[in-house]
Amino acid sequence: MTASALTFDEVRQARVALVGPPNSGKTTLFNTLTGGRQKTANYPGVTVERKSGRLRTPVGRSIELLDLPGSYSLRARSPDEAITRDVVLGRQEWEALPDAMVCVTDATNLGQHLRLFLELRQLGRPLILVLNMMDLAQKRGYQISIEALSRSLGIPVVTTVAMHKNGVQDLLDQIDTLLNQASVTGDGTVTTDAWVEPTPEAIRGYHQEAERLLREAVIEEGVPEQLTRKLDQVLLHPVAGPLILLGILFLMFQAVFSWAEAPMDWIDGGIASLQQWLAAHMQDGLLKSLLVDGIIAGVGGVVIFLPQILILFLFILLLEDFGYMARAAFLMDRLMSAVGLNGRAFIPLLSSFACAIPGIMAARTIAHPLDRLVTILIAPLMTCSARLPVYVLLISAFIPATTVWGGIGLQGLVMFGLYATGIIGALVVAGVLRLTVLRGGRQPLLMELPSYKWPNPANVLLGLLERARIFMRRIGTVILSVLVILWFLSTFPAPPQGATEPDIYYSFAGMIGRGLEPLLAPVGFNWQIAIALVPGLAAREVAVAALGTVYSLSGSEDAVTESLAATLAHDWTLATALALLAWYVFAPQCLATLAAVRRETNSWRWPAFMFIYLMILAYIAAFITYRVALALGGG
Amino acid sequence: MNANAEREVRATGLGHHASRTSSTQPLGLMRCGDVGRVLAVNGGVDDSDLERNLLEMGFVEGARIEVLHRGFLGGDPLAVRINRRMTIALRRCEANAVLIGPLHDSVVNTHPSMSLEYASS
Ligand SMILES: Nc1nc2c(ncn2[C@@H]2O[C@H](COP(=O)(O)OP(=O)(O)OP(=O)(O)O)[C@@H](O)[C@H]2O)c(=O)[nH]1
Ligand SMILES: [Mg+2]
Repeated sequence: MTASALTFDEVRQARVALVGPPNSGKTTLFNTLTGGRQKTANYPGVTVERKSGRLRTPVGRSIELLDLPGSYSLRARSPDEAITRDVVLGRQEWEALPDAMVCVTDATNLGQHLRLFLELRQLGRPLILVLNMMDLAQKRGYQISIEALSRSLGIPVVTTVAMHKNGVQDLLDQIDTLLNQASVTGDGTVTTDAWVEPTPEAIRGYHQEAERLLREAVIEEGVPEQLTRKLDQVLLHPVAGPLILLGILFLMFQAVFSWAEAPMDWIDGGIASLQQWLAAHMQDGLLKSLLVDGIIAGVGGVVIFLPQILILFLFILLLEDFGYMARAAFLMDRLMSAVGLNGRAFIPLLSSFACAIPGIMAARTIAHPLDRLVTILIAPLMTCSARLPVYVLLISAFIPATTVWGGIGLQGLVMFGLYATGIIGALVVAGVLRLTVLRGGRQPLLMELPSYKWPNPANVLLGLLERARIFMRRIGTVILSVLVILWFLSTFPAPPQGATEPDIYYSFAGMIGRGLEPLLAPVGFNWQIAIALVPGLAAREVAVAALGTVYSLSGSEDAVTESLAATLAHDWTLATALALLAWYVFAPQCLATLAAVRRETNSWRWPAFMFIYLMILAYIAAFITYRVALALGGG
Repeated sequence: MNANAEREVRATGLGHHASRTSSTQPLGLMRCGDVGRVLAVNGGVDDSDLERNLLEMGFVEGARIEVLHRGFLGGDPLAVRINRRMTIALRRCEANAVLIGPLHDSVVNTHPSMSLEYASS
């Protein structure tokens, strides 16, 4: 915001907005031009926010570039499209109209994409038309006369291949030329009322105009892509399709277990030797306790899950880039409609496997307010990657690593079961909400199924690095500071004379844990778990880290060298472990999620509602699990 | 009905030589592999929004339509190819707002891709 104020008063830095239909490559172009790292993927509705970045043109002009959510028209059916409309029409009070717009279209689908362009042209603002994905267009044999198109439009037209630096040079030159025209810079128009909502007849008019333009400019129509068609014959098959979707999810959770084993062992070994080395070489005292018990035991307990989280993200990134997400939404639509939701909502929900926050933001692509609200409210039931450490820790401690039915790992199967429980829980909750508090209205499903594309390795790798960075930063900030506080609370005050329990029992944390114990005893949680649950609200992984710290502080000397999983395995009963797993399937999301829900719904009412309903569900689920497990002899 | 359509598609070789609809019917009633041309888009009296949404997704009079897939239960949702360029998923209920007629007596032959259609048939 400060940047844009500066823009207008002093530097007059030009502002250029990327506008276009969904999935046309705006964000890819934005990243190439600005060196940014915004998320790109092969499904409509990836970008749901306005993002800005800087770039310098060949003649040295500094430009602020805006990346906007994709939109089929300026009518703005959903909140993400409204962002685009407001920027394009200058309806935000804190920001004037962009100086120029770049309309990014997919060259292989011009007939459809030109319509939005024609609507934008109506505004009479400086405009460039970009035909992106020229590499694909060429491969399919399209021949488009850029000159003819530019002539009949009276507007500069350039072709790009958004991922490649030298595929975007023409665009930079054109932006320069356009901005050089004096009328453009410095007119400082604040808003435009040149746009009126198009009537159905006007939209038909745009279609006819687009077809006419194409007849003039298209020299050779490319062959329609066949691979997508053939793949869809299998992947969208009424019977095979859903089975394949299930298979993919299943494989994903198997892989999380089996592929991560080796790297986890390395990290584990490294941490253990560091701990031993410090234990042997440091003088006993508070500092040693803070380092060995507080920080390394806690942080080490979380870092070890990096490989697993990366494997999960690898799958999600590949599916997203390949173009499978929209197919998953298609296959799930029937099931989703049974609980009053839209198949489209499955995409935000799938994103929530990574983290609920982007999932909640992605719900902006859902037009109907009630549909959107329900999607936001059930997003936390999708098991986010931060819960992965809790699951993995408990599963590896309590579920034997055997195989069942010829080669399927039992641990992976249990993991799949936990994820499935979350999904089924989400559907049931959605159905109940739709029948009670959030009754009414149904939004039509209208969703583009993009062509499949080979995932771009560089894109996938960058995405993984980005996830690793975020994970490590969380450990370095939130998790580390919570751990230091926890260590402090667990160490002071010192135990009384003649204490029989471990020191932590008498500390502040011990008091809190013991205070909560009566409440949690019915579900089988001891006071150590109670201690870990509280900081677990700050971030899920902290629960694991906190258990590491708590058991490290309360254990004997050899507990330090033993892995946390092994400690838990002989300290807890199976029933307790299962109850804790059930708890974490439903337990309220971290504070950041609640804050995101508050931002997206603009009230405290819904985050409060979410917190309470999840807490109740978690308690009931843990209670039932514990009692059933006890009855079956899991004590 | 859906299973029949499937069989028919497979019988005609992976659905490439799709069957043409000869009558006029709503899109929601078309079977897998059926090809036709949009005659009218009408959201009904109370729903000009639906009409505009459909138009904006490419369901416009004269467009070539091919039903590629239908869901397992009740054939919902549908995946529809428009003008051989893009594929749209929609539910039967919305699809019924689009009226489809036979391919050949098209109202307006608007695009080169459509002449390909004749060449290949
Ligand atoms: N082959 C090829 N693929 C491209 C090109 N530009 C973008 N893509 C791919 O197209 C997909 C969509 O790109 P995005 O940049 O996410 O599209 P977007 O316009 O930002 O999409 P929304 O944010 O949903 O509106 C991604 O899988 C990109 O890798 C291109 O020039 N050539
Ligand atoms: Mg984008």
